[in-house]
Amino acid sequence: MALVRLKGLRHSYRQQPKTDADWAVKRLDLEWADGSANALLGPSGCGKTTLLNIISGLLRPSEGEVWFDEHDVTTLPPDARNIAQVFQFPVVYDTMSVYDNLAFPLRNRGIAPADVDARVREIATLLDLDAMLEQRAAGLTADGKQKISLGRGLVRSDVAVIMFDEPLTVIDPHLKWRLRSKLKELHQRLGRTMIYVTHDQTEALTFADQVVVMNEGTVVQAGTPQELFERPRHTFVGHFIGSPGMNVLPATFADGVVRFAGHPVAVATPPRTPPAGATLEIGVRPEFVRFGPDGIPVRVLKVRDSGRYRIVETQHDANTIKLLIGEDQPLPSDTAHLRFDRAHTQLYADGWIAS
Amino acid sequence: MSLTLKRVVLRVDGETHIHETSVELAARGFNILLGPTLAGKTTLMRLMAGLLKPTAGEVWFDGRNVTAVPVRRRRVAMVYQQFINYPHLSVFENIASPLRVERVPATELRSRVGRIAELLKLTALLDRRPAELSGGQQQRTALARALVKDADLVLLDEPLANLDYKLREGLRDELPRLFADRDCTVVYATTEPVEALLLGGYTATVEEGRITQFGETGTVYRRPMDLATARAFSDPPINTAPVLKRGNRIELTESVGWPADGRLAGLADGSYTLGLRPHLVQPARNTAARADWVPIEGRVSIAEISGSESVVHFEVQGRTWVSQSHGVHGFAVGEIAAFKLNVARGLYFSPDGRCVSAGTA
Repeated sequence: MALVRLKGLRHSYRQQPKTDADWAVKRLDLEWADGSANALLGPSGCGKTTLLNIISGLLRPSEGEVWFDEHDVTTLPPDARNIAQVFQFPVVYDTMSVYDNLAFPLRNRGIAPADVDARVREIATLLDLDAMLEQRAAGLTADGKQKISLGRGLVRSDVAVIMFDEPLTVIDPHLKWRLRSKLKELHQRLGRTMIYVTHDQTEALTFADQVVVMNEGTVVQAGTPQELFERPRHTFVGHFIGSPGMNVLPATFADGVVRFAGHPVAVATPPRTPPAGATLEIGVRPEFVRFGPDGIPVRVLKVRDSGRYRIVETQHDANTIKLLIGEDQPLPSDTAHLRFDRAHTQLYADGWIAS
Repeated sequence: MSLTLKRVVLRVDGETHIHETSVELAARGFNILLGPTLAGKTTLMRLMAGLLKPTAGEVWFDGRNVTAVPVRRRRVAMVYQQFINYPHLSVFENIASPLRVERVPATELRSRVGRIAELLKLTALLDRRPAELSGGQQQRTALARALVKDADLVLLDEPLANLDYKLREGLRDELPRLFADRDCTVVYATTEPVEALLLGGYTATVEEGRITQFGETGTVYRRPMDLATARAFSDPPINTAPVLKRGNRIELTESVGWPADGRLAGLADGSYTLGLRPHLVQPARNTAARADWVPIEGRVSIAEISGSESVVHFEVQGRTWVSQSHGVHGFAVGEIAAFKLNVARGLYFSPDGRCVSAGTA
């Protein structure tokens, strides 16, 4: 177990990076507490895999350092870093039994047979694999194999950090629920430092206590799932997290009043005077928009049923505003008025929160 | 443009892959095949397309028996989970390829490719090669190629499965719109219940080589005919528990029960399975839990908090229940916590798995 720190890290795949765009990961400092459950979340190409490879040692950063506790590991190869990794596709030895697959990482490090046996059985129990320990891995289903991969990642008690790279992408939704819960439970029991890399917000937010959101090589926000949801620091976070994402509407600011299309909108914290010429926007999640007797007049365009709630798409001039309503709540016909929940309505200047 | 499977069966080497299936898809509609991997969705599509010949039964298209008509003589387009494009051709030529095969005149070809590219936001990318595109753009190219040729039947086999979460959300929004005014029948396979609901249209739930139910998507979700359908159409998985109807009461445990009134009054005494979707189980302290719901206590085993919602697993007499609620509700693992069951919305199944009573709304 270890505290993982990235200090002044930067990486470019080019020999002589010139422009900002040449950096796959722009300068950043990050810290993951010992024993914490973390996620690295972002779209394809945001730099999260580059960062993962830097932490595991597959890649040397162009600049900056990687520290595990009090050790600078920047120049160490992966096998000297004492880490475990679980990948998107199961990595198992088909010809070996489930038991031997789990035991492999331990035997490889010369652990005494009695200790190997105890660890393998403990992990097998946690993952509900006890009954199939003697089976050959070849005959297992995809999720069975991925469970073994997870087990192989978790079996060593001495690793500094366990990294998961999109481990549930290939798993069916029903099993995904089970394995995700399992992982959460395992973290709660084992208390290892874990870093989970994914583009899937549900996986990131349910697994991690701290989530780092990346876009275009930068960290746009690091915080708890609740912080990311309730107070996105950037409109990108508002859009990327939540389904559907946050409504982002053009705004003006004058005499201390924020307006959307001429209508005054109360925001959570009184905004600082934004920089002159900045593009101003109001951000409010569909969860925090309600129909009301008065407010912003809209036309109801479309309603979609998600089972538990309905996603209502409304329009004011050329702006689309989405809101969620419960499956048994009444739906106004055609024209209606919207109210925003003040505590969860923010002003953004050039994308960044302005309060 | 109607597609009907009449008592279709597929057996391969003595093993039944598709059990006798009869279904009439919604003409010009969006038809969803919902089920887990290996349930038989792709096989059903291949039977519909004519890529596979049924062992028994018939495939009818527009009032015509097409069982023996090979795929190349049907007007069928298919899009797979893996984006398939010609790597050496530009996006324009990729989209144009089916029209080149049909020897469509050059001016018409250009205008048709242009129109479909516009619709799928590919206009600026027409000169690029597939390798220079993002995953979402590659899949939109594959979709454009399927759409450009005016097929009667469009089969989409988990077309969004390999895309990023947010791209998937966007395309899921666009897809029904794209087909809204086209004169074709669409069949769309997915493993995700929420995706099926958001796409709307009609849904067939597929389990172990058979269609368990087909109907308007919201109806199949709210009024499943059996337990298999309810299970296939619930994410997170539906809670199920044995209950006993005795006189005018339903008993879940010795201490938890509720009146068997209204829709339940007519049920014969005996054992049933209660099905309750996780959002119908709320933490008692949550304002969404109403006073008239049934209280229950359990030991919390897992609490997952995603920022906007909480999913809590708790144990009652050795059975795990899952509660899904809006907002952040912290629970300590091991704590005994109070929940409320909205049993008015519960589904009741007889021992043979048939749904004998479905909740209102």
